[in-house]
Amino acid sequence: MLNTESNIASPDDFYEELIDLHRDLTDEQSALVNAKLILLLANHIGDMEVLRAAMAAAREDVAAKPSTTRQPEPR
Amino acid sequence: MKTYTQPVYPYTKPAELGGLPHHWPVIVAGAGPVGLTAAIDLALRGIDVLILDEDDTVSVGSRAICWSKRTLEILDRLGCGERLVQKGVCWNVGRVFFRDEQVYQFDLLPEPGHRRPAFINLQQYYVEQFLVERATELPGVDLRWRHKVVGVMPRQDRVALRVSTPDGEYGVQADWLIVADGSKSAIRGMLGLESEGQVFRDRFLIADIHMTSDFPAERWFWFDPPFHRNQSALLHRQADDVWRVDFQLGWDADPEEEKKPEKILPRLRAMLGNDARFEIEWASVYTFQCRRMRSFRNGRALFVGDAAHLVSPFGARGANGGIQDVDNLAWKLELVLSGQAPERLLDSYDSERTSAADENIRNSTRSTDFITPKSKVSRTFRDAVLMLAKRHVFARRLVNSGRLSVPATHTDSPLNTPDAEPFAGRMAPGSPAIDAPVTGDGGQWLLDHFGNGFTLVIFTEAVAAEGLLRKLITLGADPISCSSVLVGALGGTLPAGIRRVADTSRMLSERYDAREGTTYLFRPDQHVCARWRAFDLVQVRAAIARATGQYLH
Repeated sequence: MLNTESNIASPDDFYEELIDLHRDLTDEQSALVNAKLILLLANHIGDMEVLRAAMAAAREDVAAKPSTTRQPEPR
Repeated sequence: MKTYTQPVYPYTKPAELGGLPHHWPVIVAGAGPVGLTAAIDLALRGIDVLILDEDDTVSVGSRAICWSKRTLEILDRLGCGERLVQKGVCWNVGRVFFRDEQVYQFDLLPEPGHRRPAFINLQQYYVEQFLVERATELPGVDLRWRHKVVGVMPRQDRVALRVSTPDGEYGVQADWLIVADGSKSAIRGMLGLESEGQVFRDRFLIADIHMTSDFPAERWFWFDPPFHRNQSALLHRQADDVWRVDFQLGWDADPEEEKKPEKILPRLRAMLGNDARFEIEWASVYTFQCRRMRSFRNGRALFVGDAAHLVSPFGARGANGGIQDVDNLAWKLELVLSGQAPERLLDSYDSERTSAADENIRNSTRSTDFITPKSKVSRTFRDAVLMLAKRHVFARRLVNSGRLSVPATHTDSPLNTPDAEPFAGRMAPGSPAIDAPVTGDGGQWLLDHFGNGFTLVIFTEAVAAEGLLRKLITLGADPISCSSVLVGALGGTLPAGIRRVADTSRMLSERYDAREGTTYLFRPDQHVCARWRAFDLVQVRAAIARATGQYLH
């Protein structure tokens, strides 16, 4: 089960380090670092149920614009 | 082409011109690798087969090259696997590069004790030529070149065809029609049927080049290499010092422009180095598609290979999937034609092979999504995986340059008898037989001891009691015959139709989680359909009845 209670001893320290991680990076480099971070953490968690719950929680309140949904492929 | 001369097969004027339509048990439309394999399998089962092909030669240019272990085992059963292996290039290792360094290497067959390698690479025209030669050896096969099917009339109990030849048209009919006329299947169109799916928005240049080089016989795949920035490339060694090179071009590339030698040569020089000496044998630009028909059985028309389903080439799941189609179909058709199984057994061909096709399409679509990311974020994750793969083991399993063809396991097939006792390992009902070395007369590998019918394998070190032997002889004499292989100490004389092999290396017992008494029943296509911890004649007969569709509704 996805733990959404506070689980990090020092949340402010974590948040500061997360932002620091991206210092001096372009948006593109930051996106790459974030992707690597997600992949590392996802593998560490390993539990597909937890990962699915986290992905669903991340997607909450973020609605797709109709124009950004997948275009039908040409036939 | 420099390295291969296309054979031209003779056209013969058909005797039926102007006469009555001849009736065949089975007609195969299309003499590609899948249609030819179907005809050979049926002919070996004593069924007369007519094959019709509109052309008079084998395939031209860059088509299938990777033939899987399972395909080779099927062709071994049909008496032509060795010829492919002798001519082909064996390989097990693949390497993946990202930008200018290797991030990952994999071995598709890391354990010893297998007769066949994970793959051989061999140009499709050789495979077709060898299959034509094998088919021509068999008296039951009538192979007709420049005979084009121009009309299909499906009936309740047969299919009637109109066939066009250089001398005019004639009619012919069959109990069953096997449709193996390829991805653009004309017969599918004539029957008003469709193959549904998607086209990928990308283009690939495929070139076969002749080059003497000491590159190893491995599959090399590059993401974003220095010689082809932002795209992917693939290199495979084939027979006759011919190499397959595959360049991703992107959706906006102009196919006509990219095919020109002045566009291809600089790309190849950048990849292979300025010193490489090579000649282009063939080049073409492709888009890839994944699609399948809703049902592979439509009345008396049975669809196989690309006519039934189409995948992108990353994973070598096209031709290998097609050959598994006919491996699944031929024995069922034999039993239905001889009246020993109900017609609905052929519905299990549809259910087993449509789920196999779905698995192939799912794998091939995932590979294509990794190779051709459809969005910026997808590209970011792809590059992140590749960057992590160099240092971190976990990420290597996320790298997807093609999930290479493995045979389908029919886990949920209604033809399986579910396990009633616990078993460990990979050989659950529905699994294709895994080969293993054995000693004994008649072959050094387990699969050498399987025929074209059902096979019972009993692991027993005990000297076979007369009671057991009598029961095995009874099974061999049943209308749906089942031959037996006893695995244990060699020695003693055995009645005809019963073989004994020894598992000296213990690999066989280990792979099948076998103990004294363990009994496996294999279908004629070598898939496990039942297993027990002890032999019981009544249970074996019930499992054969189930596997031949007697209990299907």
